[in-house]
Amino acid sequence: MAYGPKIIDHYENPRNVGNFGTQEQMKSDTRIGVGLVGAPECGDVMQLSIKVDPATGRIQDAKFKTFGCGSAIASSSLATEWLKGKTLDEGLAIRNTQIVEELALPPVKIHCSVLAEDAIKAAISDYRAKNGLPAETQAAAH
Amino acid sequence: MALKLPIYMDHAATTPCDPRVVEAMLPFFTEKFGNAGSRNHRFGWEAEEGVDAARQHAAALIGADEKCIIFTSGSTESNNLAIKGAAYMYEKAPAGSRSRGHIVSCIIEHKAVLDPVKRLVKEGFDATFIEPPSDGVITADMVKAAMRDDTILVTIMWANNEIGTVNEVRQIGALCKQRGVLFHTDATQWTGKMPVNVDADNIDLLSWSGHKIYGPKGVGALYVRRQRPRVRLQSLLDGGGQERGFRSGTLNVPGIVGFGKACEIAKAEMHRDAERLSHLRHRLETEITARLDSCAINGHREKRLPHITNISFGFVEGEGLMMAVKNIACSSGSACTSASLEPSYVLKGLGVGDELAHSSLRLSLGRWTTDEQIDYAIEEISKAVKKLRTMSPLYDMHKEGIDLSKVEWAHH
Repeated sequence: MAYGPKIIDHYENPRNVGNFGTQEQMKSDTRIGVGLVGAPECGDVMQLSIKVDPATGRIQDAKFKTFGCGSAIASSSLATEWLKGKTLDEGLAIRNTQIVEELALPPVKIHCSVLAEDAIKAAISDYRAKNGLPAETQAAAH
Repeated sequence: MALKLPIYMDHAATTPCDPRVVEAMLPFFTEKFGNAGSRNHRFGWEAEEGVDAARQHAAALIGADEKCIIFTSGSTESNNLAIKGAAYMYEKAPAGSRSRGHIVSCIIEHKAVLDPVKRLVKEGFDATFIEPPSDGVITADMVKAAMRDDTILVTIMWANNEIGTVNEVRQIGALCKQRGVLFHTDATQWTGKMPVNVDADNIDLLSWSGHKIYGPKGVGALYVRRQRPRVRLQSLLDGGGQERGFRSGTLNVPGIVGFGKACEIAKAEMHRDAERLSHLRHRLETEITARLDSCAINGHREKRLPHITNISFGFVEGEGLMMAVKNIACSSGSACTSASLEPSYVLKGLGVGDELAHSSLRLSLGRWTTDEQIDYAIEEISKAVKKLRTMSPLYDMHKEGIDLSKVEWAHH
């Protein structure tokens, strides 16, 4: 399958690869939210981690690790770029269709963008659960 | 000399035509363009001579009489003709009834065998699909255990296309002979690479293709035994009665001539090719597994074709890996390109876990694979796997000692 230039760019130069310490360290740090979605037997696993500034409530930093095809890697790389600087509600407003559009994902790869959206939601909800915040604020509800 | 990129390591999918094959074919497009069925003029005679010579080369490659060779469009057609043609001819009850006869096959056959058998099951035949052990090798004992009193056909591939494992064909053939059951083998990956003798190997029906043996696409053959026993088949294509009525249709003369030439070259050069390729593959496998942890070579380590290797690279997804080694043309057991999300049914059939099936690459070497290409593949694949592992959450967890099978994954 021939990929578009943006997928290839994110695949070859992935942004923000990594995490904020080991699984244990991330679990105990209240500034960190981690979303782990997908399953190895499905061929895609994304781990998206966010670090939130408690003073401003904005996402200071975002990192990813992905087991998956080029589109899965590119989708998660793009998601980390978009998350940085956003509030949690703004992060939750990111839709998979925007990822599809930005990367020009082919139809068989749409599930990669869905997984990236799921990863964003999972990371934010992990952060909120850790800090005793409600799952979703009124502004982001729709 | 600079290495020409990309390099081709997907010879189990198809092979380039040998230039000697192309040269042999060319006159049959232009000056010798006749219909091999035209009996009354020179054009027809020339075409027929080309076909006759090809038939001799094809027969010689498998130790058969030339009258036993039926030219087809390739292995898919040969398999369909052998399996359906034999089932319809040797059925125990007519169409519309149940229990029309039992067929033994195996779950890691090519789709061109599985699907004809499955169609027959819909039409009232029964089938048993043997599940191979983890090394992928089907033995005569497994076939014996699957046979029933009403078994009419056993169809077991000679060598597997994804992992290159070689089944106990000669012993399975002997068993079938003893039981009076027809034995078909899809020998697409084996024939022309390794020796065949249909008598010593106890084969009644054997399929192979031109394009896997440095011949043209769109041409293949089916061997149909004529003595002890004389195998009869119901034809699938009706018409002019070519190929002794087994396969109507004007003969693809240039293709058949090319196929014959490919068979002739294969017979002369297979031993040399096999020995050279087995050394190259050995180096590829040992170097890669020395540089990378958590790799597994799929299938039996000895009972394998010399030119195919199938390696699972733990914690790395196959299609992502192929993208990272974009200058190496190969294939993956990952089904990430299909919408199904299902990885290779062959690897799953061996009991390889889904995640390792998603993580596999098949590299298949060929007549023009060089030492330099092997060096390149070792470097590039090792580099790519290492890079992707730095991005893999699974590799981190593995390093942290987390048992991935115990993690509760969010299935989607």
